[in-house]
Amino acid sequence: MLGVTRHIVAGRGFAASMTVLDALNSALDEEMSADPKVSLMGEEVGEYQGAYKISKGLLDKYGPDRVCDTPINEAMDHIINSAAKSNYMSAGMISVPVVFRGPNGAAAGVGAQHSRLCYINDGGPERRDADELPCMAVSFKSLTWGKATAEALDSSFCLPIGKAKIEHEGKDVTITAFSKMAGYALEAAEILEKDGISAEVINLRSIRPLDRTTINTYVRKTNRLVSVEEGFAQHGVGAEICASVGEESFEYLDAPVESISGADVPTPYAPNIERMAFPQVEDIVRATKRACYR
Amino acid sequence: MSLIHRSSSLLKPLAAGPASLLRRPFSSATDDDATKITVETSVPFTGHRIDPPPRTIDTTPKELMTFFVDMARMRRMEIAADSLYKSKLIRGFCHLYDGQEAVAVGMEAAITRKDCIITAYRDHCIFLGRGGTLLEAFAELMGRKAGCSKGKGGSMHFYKKNGGFYGGHGIVGAQVPLGCGLAFAQKYSKEDHVTFALYGDGAANQGQLFEALNMAALWDLPAILVCENNHYGMGTAEWRAAKSPAYYKRGDYVPGLKVDGMDVFAVKQACKFAKEHVLKNGPIILEMDTYRYHGHSMSDPGSTYRTRDEISGVRQERDPIERIRKLILSHDIATEKELKDIEKEVRKEVDEAISQAKESPMPEPSELFTNVYVKDHGVE
Repeated sequence: MLGVTRHIVAGRGFAASMTVLDALNSALDEEMSADPKVSLMGEEVGEYQGAYKISKGLLDKYGPDRVCDTPINEAMDHIINSAAKSNYMSAGMISVPVVFRGPNGAAAGVGAQHSRLCYINDGGPERRDADELPCMAVSFKSLTWGKATAEALDSSFCLPIGKAKIEHEGKDVTITAFSKMAGYALEAAEILEKDGISAEVINLRSIRPLDRTTINTYVRKTNRLVSVEEGFAQHGVGAEICASVGEESFEYLDAPVESISGADVPTPYAPNIERMAFPQVEDIVRATKRACYR
Repeated sequence: MSLIHRSSSLLKPLAAGPASLLRRPFSSATDDDATKITVETSVPFTGHRIDPPPRTIDTTPKELMTFFVDMARMRRMEIAADSLYKSKLIRGFCHLYDGQEAVAVGMEAAITRKDCIITAYRDHCIFLGRGGTLLEAFAELMGRKAGCSKGKGGSMHFYKKNGGFYGGHGIVGAQVPLGCGLAFAQKYSKEDHVTFALYGDGAANQGQLFEALNMAALWDLPAILVCENNHYGMGTAEWRAAKSPAYYKRGDYVPGLKVDGMDVFAVKQACKFAKEHVLKNGPIILEMDTYRYHGHSMSDPGSTYRTRDEISGVRQERDPIERIRKLILSHDIATEKELKDIEKEVRKEVDEAISQAKESPMPEPSELFTNVYVKDHGVE
């Protein structure tokens, strides 16, 4: 899921690593194989093998009853108002065991209308226990061809919802990020290490529910926080993290929280200004140094 | 074949007959707006709740030559864009229109620049038809200052307001309600102008289309909904996406016309007819039966969901440029060599525009923050 690749020689002597694309594909395959009631439905998921080839081979393997190509349709209202709220409104009677999976975030050069959609839950290609409640799993477009971590290759690997992951422990400052920015944060941590700053990186993974406990626990340890996200600052994930840390861990902070986010503009197409619209590794390094008063 | 060269200033054309017996110097053909040539569309129109227009149309050598050059230019531009994309000078999404040129050119021939056109993301050729230049197109594709959107829009967001072109939209079907809004403005201002809102066979199933159509019909807006049916919504064939792929009938209470979208004269006739209709009666749907040679976008080879035979079959039987070439040759308006020379000229034009576009710099960093708020107020 990140820019990090860990090659592990697995039991049978072959090197295990795969792209996020393949990891997503194998996750879908595993879920459909394990439970015959699991079906896949969406635009181009069947014959086209998925808009980004994520559902490659699934139609052939599971047949048209379980892998359904749909015509175009608008789902956002139903995701928010029907899927997300039905269990609540019916006091638990109606369950909606659906995972809405899609590509999200900024990809390179796709312009203003294809660069920002709203994202609720960020997850990896791992299995998800969507027993009763729907969740929206989005993988960032530009990461689709990145490398998945080795743990994710294990078929029983299951990601708990609502739990962040400490990608890298550190002493001086905590950096929170998710998806592509988590990869950037790790790169920034490496650069900062050379400058004598030990930066911790927390990969949020779950946006809602947000793992406030983990964030606060680790901020109380390092006393400094930098939040990084691709989305807009206002009403963003970083804003919520700041609020949470301000409420729970105010006395532990040695510096104001640094919040890095995308520029408050529609995404431009030209590569030079597109790059300026989103946080880059050097922005994270700079902000982290600021948080450390350097 | 014996060739008789005559200077056009000495000899007037035979009154009502075709120019086939006289061999004209090429330059006079392109100016010849007087000689009447009658053509027939490849197939008759099919109407839904409306009597279709006739399939015979009058044209002139000048018009035929213009159609040829315009379509050749569009074709060349798209093919050049393919190479630029492969050389990574164009990034992101790039949806090419080659094969569909007759729709852009035929429509333009029937209307004025005060009429509006709005379309989706397969917009490069419509932009050209509305008066956009090759330089503006290539510069935009490469994200440069000289681009029609100053490099900020990209392939899917070309605009030309002074040419009546309102984009260039990425979200499937969203341009149709916007187009009905343009028609609303035209009616409100009591102009005698109309709006053509283009969409594809995939978008034809979008709910917002029907919502907008309902309102347009209720208020008698001068809106012409044009379904560019190239038979594939991305990788999904029309019969797998629509219970009723007779898109010209999908308006139900709104009349419709099915048109051979590979025949520039059919397109012109239909658009002319539609414009007259909507100014008096409210919306109409035109279904253009067309075809794209490329895949959905540059990341789609276009051959996993359709056969190469099908693609080459259409190219052989229905190519819009070849159709005009045959007409020009059969009416002796120009020779094969002359047409090939034109194509060479067009190729040169395109190559020059590309070099110029490459010279254009990327936008200033300050452009990141312009055009967000009024007078750039408050953007930090």
